[in-house]
Order: sequence, then C-alpha cells, then structure tokens
Amino acid sequence: MWVLIGVPIVVIGFALRFNALLVVTVAGLATGLAAGLDPVDIVSAFGKAVADNRYMGLIWLTLPVIALLERNGLKEQARHLVARVHAATAGRVLMLYFVARQMTAALGLTSLGGHAQMVRPLIAPMAEAAANRKGQLAEAIQQQLRAHAAAVDNIAVFFGEDIFIAIQSILLIKGFLEQNGITVAPLQVSVWAIPTAVAALLIHGTRLALLDRRLRRGLADCASGAAR
Amino acid sequence: MIGLEALYTLAGVMFAAFAWFNLTDRTNPRRLVNFAFWAIYAATFLLGSRVPHFVTGCLALMLALIAGSGKLGRSKAEAVADVDAAARRRVAGANRYGNRLFLVALLIPIVTLVGTFVLPHVPWVDPKNVTLVALVLGTVIAFIVALAMLRDSPVHALGDARQTMDTVGWAATLPQMLAALGALFAVAGVGGVVSGLITAWVPVNSLLAVVVAYTVGMALFTMVMGNAFAAFPVMTAGIGLPLIVHQFHGDPAILGALGMLSGFCGTLMTPMAANFNIVPAALLELKDKNGVIKAQIPTACLLLVVNTLLLYLFVSRY
Repeated sequence: MWVLIGVPIVVIGFALRFNALLVVTVAGLATGLAAGLDPVDIVSAFGKAVADNRYMGLIWLTLPVIALLERNGLKEQARHLVARVHAATAGRVLMLYFVARQMTAALGLTSLGGHAQMVRPLIAPMAEAAANRKGQLAEAIQQQLRAHAAAVDNIAVFFGEDIFIAIQSILLIKGFLEQNGITVAPLQVSVWAIPTAVAALLIHGTRLALLDRRLRRGLADCASGAAR
Repeated sequence: MIGLEALYTLAGVMFAAFAWFNLTDRTNPRRLVNFAFWAIYAATFLLGSRVPHFVTGCLALMLALIAGSGKLGRSKAEAVADVDAAARRRVAGANRYGNRLFLVALLIPIVTLVGTFVLPHVPWVDPKNVTLVALVLGTVIAFIVALAMLRDSPVHALGDARQTMDTVGWAATLPQMLAALGALFAVAGVGGVVSGLITAWVPVNSLLAVVVAYTVGMALFTMVMGNAFAAFPVMTAGIGLPLIVHQFHGDPAILGALGMLSGFCGTLMTPMAANFNIVPAALLELKDKNGVIKAQIPTACLLLVVNTLLLYLFVSRY
C-alpha cells in the first residue's frame, strides 16, 4: 500500500498550489523510497525517463518561427481576415477548427494541428477577433476563449484519431489483446471509436454554440453598461 | 544519419541561446536564476545520451529545486516607446505581408505531413523517428522562409522566442518529469495495487457495475498516471478481460476501443497530462494554469457517460 504514497502527494500538492514540478519530483522520490529502491537508482530512473522523453521538448523549436511571424503582424492579420467574414463568431471559428482537426485526425493526419503550431498563432487570435471586432476584449472573456481554443484542439484529436486504424492507441489495444491470446483486426476496434467521435462533435458543438450565446449576452451587457 | 540525436542537439543549442539571452538581460533582476534553469535544461538535451542517467537525474532534480524556489522571473515590461514601436511594426507587417504570414505558419504542419510520407524513403533519415524529424524539418524550413520573406534577423527571433519561453517557464519541463513519475510508478508496481483495490470493491455479478468500474476506473487511473496508455493494460487486465470478456462474454474489440476512449476522458481532466493541459495554458499566457482543464471537464464527463452507456449496451450483443 505504501507505494501509493505518490498519489496523495500529487493530489494534495496540486490542490495546495505548490510548484507542480517540485510536487511531481517529491512524489517520484517518495514512491521510489516506498518501493524500497536505492536512492541512486531512483535518481537514475529520473534521469533515464527525462533523457528518453526529450522528444517532448522538441515542440519548443517552433517558438522562434512563431515569434518572427508575431513580430511582423500574424495576430493582426488573423484579425483582419476574421473581420472580413461577417458570419464569423468565436464559437463558429472554434467549431470549424474542431471539425477540420477531427476529420484530419480520423485520416491519421494528427500532425496537422497542435497548440504551438496552430492554436497560439492562428486559432486563438481568430476566435478573439471574432468575439469582438471593434476593440479589446474584457480580459476574463479573452482568457476563456483561449482556454476553449486549446480545449478544441485536444478534444477533436483525442476523439478523432482512434478512427484511423494505424494510430498508436489502436495498435496498443491490438497488441495488448494479442498478448492475452485474443486476436482482433485493427478495423474491428477502430469502428467502435466512431459513435464516441460523433458524440464528441455533438456535445462540444452544442457547448460552443452556448459559448456564443453567452458572449452575445455579455457583450450586450457591456454595451448597455457603457451607455448608462 | 539524421535521427533523434541531431534534433536534441538543435533543441539544446536553442535552450542554451535562451539561457545566454537571459544572462545578458540587464532589465531582469533574476537573470542568474533564469540563466541557470535554461542552461541546465539545455545540458540535459546536449548531454542526455552521453552521461550516465544518474547525472541527468541530478540535473532534473536541480531544475525542480530552482522551479520550487519560486525565483524564476520574467524581465521587466519594455519601455512604453518600445511597446508602441513594436505595435506599429506589427500593423505595418500585417498590411504589407497579408495572408502570406499564414502560409509561413502553415508550412510547419504541411511540411510535417508531407515529411511523414516522404522521409521513410530517404536513406539518411532514421526511419524510427520520421514524424519528429519531419516536425523539426518543417520548423527549420518555415524559419528560413520567414527570415527571407520578412528580412528580419534570427537574433530578434530568438530574443522574442526567449520572452515566450520565460512566460512558459518551468511548465516546459513538466511533461518529462511526469514521464519520470510514471516510470517510478511502474517500477514500484502502483498499477497492480490500484487494480487490486478496484477489483476488491466491484460487485462482480452485475454487468452495469463492472462496466462502470471499468470506464470510470480507466478515467480515474488515467488522471493519476496522466496517460491513458499506462492505465489501459492495468485496468483491462484487472477488470476488462476477467470480468467483462470472460464472465459476461463481452466483445474484446468493443471493450478495448471504449476503454481507451474512457481513458482519454480522464486525460482531459488532469494536470498530470501536462503536455495537453498545462503547457498550452502557459503557451497561451492563461492566468489560471488549470483554465484548459476547466474548459474541458463538461465535455469529458458527458463523453465518459456516453462511453459507459455504449459499452454497457453493445459489449455483449456483438
């Protein structure tokens, strides 16, 4: 039972808003000690995992490109573009991205998107511009729209990619069942990702439509407040 | 041969540049702390394959201590004149280059996509890591095209990128530390203990109870591990196969698909899945680090109910 010590450390540490990096490290050290590992082996296990997972840090290589484009008006151009499309609302911009991201993920094209590549430079500024064409958004609304832009990328890709038969998770399911003496074709598994994918589209689409409605009311409130 | 090592060297050099920019930034009273953090992170990239894992582990612990000290800080806001000049530059750029700015931004995903199809046939590219090589290739090509089109300097690009990197701060390293925690959980046998606990509590003679235990268990265990791939074998071996497949003669393909998708619902709700939830919050400069998770929770909970119902209704019918 003591090996579970890392779980309450993480939960309590995150809840009390200690630095997450420190909390995770302490949880790892405590788990290793509870399992009776040698301290040197625990630190080595940390080092091995950090070294093996360096690929997670490669995404930051996109920052200089984004910085160059933003220095030269990428976000401003996103606003210009959205301002010309009169039907564009924040919810519709996000929904369009949701559909495109989910469809391409279902075809195995999961690399066509991402928070650094698409959401920060393009999708979030477009949603912000569509929510208020004239001026600056209230900060709370701007923050909420950005959070939704990131959420759309995650949800669309999570509930789209499993329809593609050669994606990592489908291969993991097939491989695991095979180890346990059950043979399934990848297609048998991936067709059962379709109902949830449709449900994700409907549920999140509804939420984005509701977001638009809240935004309309909020902006109307602001306008009447200013008039008074 | 171009493989992971070349990509890590490139990233290491970039982080070293960020460290250098911090060191020479006289507007930031905490420049030495920032310098130390990014220099150590750069070292893990440049040396990670060459030094013993124990050394990399010590470097990782130093990163956690620096982050935990709360002394990482951004440089002071630029002077008002600079802010105005930068704003004018952006408006002028948008008017001058127009939609060509989008094309350069889209080069990254497009080259990545084309690369994943073409690079496996290129002899000097490591076939095991084609997607990552393609991503970095797309980034480098987009960088060169942007420099040429905008006639801007790479020093300005790195300088501005450094500002964003300092905004992201220690959250950039969190996904790797969480992977380390997952590895220690695996060594310590946390998965077996958790699935043992869940099986002890489930009424095994009701299909609905077993299905709920499996889907909700997948989501909860994914929230603890931060990764549905780590939760899937544990929960499926503990509950899915013995109870749903063998006892209730459920279909293993449906079980696998909906089990994994239930895990993804958990991924949307946990700060442990840092690269999906915490890193984008930092990247989009959200004040609330859990803002993305909060936007996702309603959809994730509803989809978990959908998955549970689908599994209950269809698992023994096909």
